[in-house]
Amino acid sequence: MHSLAFDIAHALAGSMVVLSFLLLYQDRVYALLNVFALHSLALALAVGWQAYLQDAHHLYVTAVVALLFKAIAIPTALHRIVRRLDIHRTLEVVGGVGRDMLAGAALVALAIMVMLPVTEGSNALARQDLAFALAVVLLGLLLMVNRHNAISLVIGFMSLENGLVLAAAGALGMPLVVEISVAFSVLIALIVIGVFLFRIRERFDSVDMQAMDTFREGRRK
Amino acid sequence: MLLSFLLILSVVLLAVGAYGIVAPRYPEGSHRVYATTLVICTVFLLLTAGYLAVRPQAFSLTLPFGLPWLGMHFRLDALSAFFLVVVNLGGAVASLFALGYGRHERAPERVLPFFPAFLAGMNLVLLADDAFSFLFAWEFMSLGSWALVMAHHRDPANARAGYLYLVMACFGTLALLLAFGLLAGPDGGYNFAAMRGNQMTPGLSALVLALALLGAGSKAGLVPLHVWLPLAHPAAPSHVSALMSGVMTKVAVYGFIRIVFDLLGEPVLWWWGGVVLAVGGITAVLGVLYALMQHDLKRLLAYHTVENIGIIFIGLGLALAFQANLMYFNAALALTAALFHVLNHSVFKSLLFLGTGAVLAATGERDMERLGGLIHPMPWTALAFLIGSAAISALPPLNGFVSEWLTFQAILISPELPQWFLKFLVPAVGALLALSAALAAACFVKAFGITFLGRPRSPVAAQARETDRYSLTAMFVLAGLCLVAGILPGLVIDGLAPVVGLLNGGARLASQHSQPWLTLVPVGPLKSSYNGLLLLLFMVLSAAVAAWLIHRFASDATRRGPAWDCGFPETSPMTQYTAGSFAQPIRRVFGSIVFQARERITMPPPGDQKSARLEVELHDPIWERLYEPLAGAVVMISTRFNYLQYLTIRHYLSLVFGALILLLLGMVLWR
Repeated sequence: MHSLAFDIAHALAGSMVVLSFLLLYQDRVYALLNVFALHSLALALAVGWQAYLQDAHHLYVTAVVALLFKAIAIPTALHRIVRRLDIHRTLEVVGGVGRDMLAGAALVALAIMVMLPVTEGSNALARQDLAFALAVVLLGLLLMVNRHNAISLVIGFMSLENGLVLAAAGALGMPLVVEISVAFSVLIALIVIGVFLFRIRERFDSVDMQAMDTFREGRRK
Repeated sequence: MLLSFLLILSVVLLAVGAYGIVAPRYPEGSHRVYATTLVICTVFLLLTAGYLAVRPQAFSLTLPFGLPWLGMHFRLDALSAFFLVVVNLGGAVASLFALGYGRHERAPERVLPFFPAFLAGMNLVLLADDAFSFLFAWEFMSLGSWALVMAHHRDPANARAGYLYLVMACFGTLALLLAFGLLAGPDGGYNFAAMRGNQMTPGLSALVLALALLGAGSKAGLVPLHVWLPLAHPAAPSHVSALMSGVMTKVAVYGFIRIVFDLLGEPVLWWWGGVVLAVGGITAVLGVLYALMQHDLKRLLAYHTVENIGIIFIGLGLALAFQANLMYFNAALALTAALFHVLNHSVFKSLLFLGTGAVLAATGERDMERLGGLIHPMPWTALAFLIGSAAISALPPLNGFVSEWLTFQAILISPELPQWFLKFLVPAVGALLALSAALAAACFVKAFGITFLGRPRSPVAAQARETDRYSLTAMFVLAGLCLVAGILPGLVIDGLAPVVGLLNGGARLASQHSQPWLTLVPVGPLKSSYNGLLLLLFMVLSAAVAAWLIHRFASDATRRGPAWDCGFPETSPMTQYTAGSFAQPIRRVFGSIVFQARERITMPPPGDQKSARLEVELHDPIWERLYEPLAGAVVMISTRFNYLQYLTIRHYLSLVFGALILLLLGMVLWR
């Protein structure tokens, strides 16, 4: 039983890493949003499983918060924004898929090499979880660095935050208050970013970051 | 019990500072603040002096606030008690002076809150017994004095001085922070008791010494870290200048002694002493040379502080060299000399700054070229200033002579050191010390002569009035101390004995008060001895005999005639000897090398109505060779990296990402 529980936790956390990889090469906005929703769902399941394993009731709340906000509310809201911005048909040029995959694999290897020696002595479950969480965070950062589109940046940021929650759930005992406030701050970030997206769109006719950069270049000179 | 009372007094000082915020609204507010600080400092002084006089044991106390896992530790031992005496003596006298001088303050609301806070900061530095409280109080002291420097901030020179002071203070605290970090070791034992127990490798110990020299030295004014000092000390109101120059530099010396002699502990390496000696010697000579080139009275005094700090560090360096060779008796002599000079310098430098404050209040001038003849309107100030000048020039029977003489005694027994390098270095430093003592005398002949003698060089100097009673009392208390410490040095040395014993593994100088006729015998009766009382008696007797002879055989008739005027019947005060002309020979001898001094004389052709001009060009070698390139490098690097301000979001994200990856990689590889 114990080893089965461990395997399930491992699989759920691992699935988040796999979904992070999927995020890396989605070149259509809707596809990106859908994969993100899956990512958050995996997070909710992973945290819920942790709650069951650790018999920690507040983690159930965390899981529910993740499910409601990240897997349902935020993707729906972003869907709406995308439709209103009328960018659901645009394709984003993503650099070579192979290159991204290699970079991602290297990051995962790095995460494991960092985390496993550091956490020596704690239980195997927490160690795996932390390594996976760091990998998710790094992959989220890679996504943010790689993309031009503002929506993709938002998604990268949110997936990164998912990694943080995974780490917290695995690490036995981030207080619930902190968890809820983090969730709310992400929600507020979404609102702010949404408002900004419309403002940017009004000014520049585009949510492509490169357009803004050229504008800034022009002003600097 | 005593310690908690002292801490409460410090807190009361802080409360007085809080009252100082509202004090300027009341007509008597300034008086109340200074009277309270006077009382508190006097109580502090009496308690700590009494503590030193009876055989002291250390008290310590831990308060439950501060850093969560550390708390705040305080401790009173002989070393801190001695420095508390120095600080509170200066504080009490400065407060007394300010009772009168404070009336002249243009912006009391910028002085009254910070003056008590500054005093409290200095007292807390001396009582602190862990790195956190020490650095906290140290920064409190720095910021308090910075606010006082900036009291008249509309003057651009003061604003610049304040900025430079702030930069140097930050640098110094950074160095001290690193030194404490090394002392605390990997376990993070930040209280001083844990640091004393730490065993360190010689390399790390040397690093701590270097950091202590940088950190404490930048506050004390060791060359080349002295640049802020001659700008900042004169910028403050005069009683604060007295505190900064006379007292705060001593707190810095305390920091150095506490770290190097107390916390660092064994083993002491012989070349440490060499480094400190060399720095001290260079500081002494350069400080006094700079002072000689100054015509601003307060700035002259501030540069002169640099010289005296050099003398103190010569004593400390000698003590380190002796301790490294386990010659504890000789080390006791050097330490006694250094600590004695700490006390002496605080007394006479405060006295001189207060005298300058009196002159400034009477005339509104600090420039010596516009003063002169003040001995007639201000005879008492002139007398006090003269005593201070004689003391700082190390003339017997005053106190400055005793401590410099003791330093020379320590230098004279240095051939007992086994290292050849030190055998050569110490006499060279002795020569530097002798040179700086002679130059100091020249410097104060200039300061006193140009300011108080001759004829007034400006209308304000001609209309000066004697200063008020409070200020005069403050100055004469200090002048009296100069005389007492010079005639009865044995008492001071016996008072210093427990401090020296604490720093020196128990070895101290032999008790001096048991010597017959108050004679000072530091090494042995066959080597050398000094008797201030005998010297004073001789001086009084010979002067009396000379006066009697003159009055007996000379004519009684008073004859007033024209002063000798070098053949020019021109009566303008501009024809007098000036500060610049007094310094010219020394400027020619030393200045042409050290300051690259150049003089240019422009003579108009015959028949031309233009006046002849003498132009003097001086360069500050340390500012131009060290600080300007440094500032240039900082500007160049920041210009080079300026484009980082204009990157795109993606680039910033990439930078963060890259930094994170690099750090993680480093962590993996390092393990």
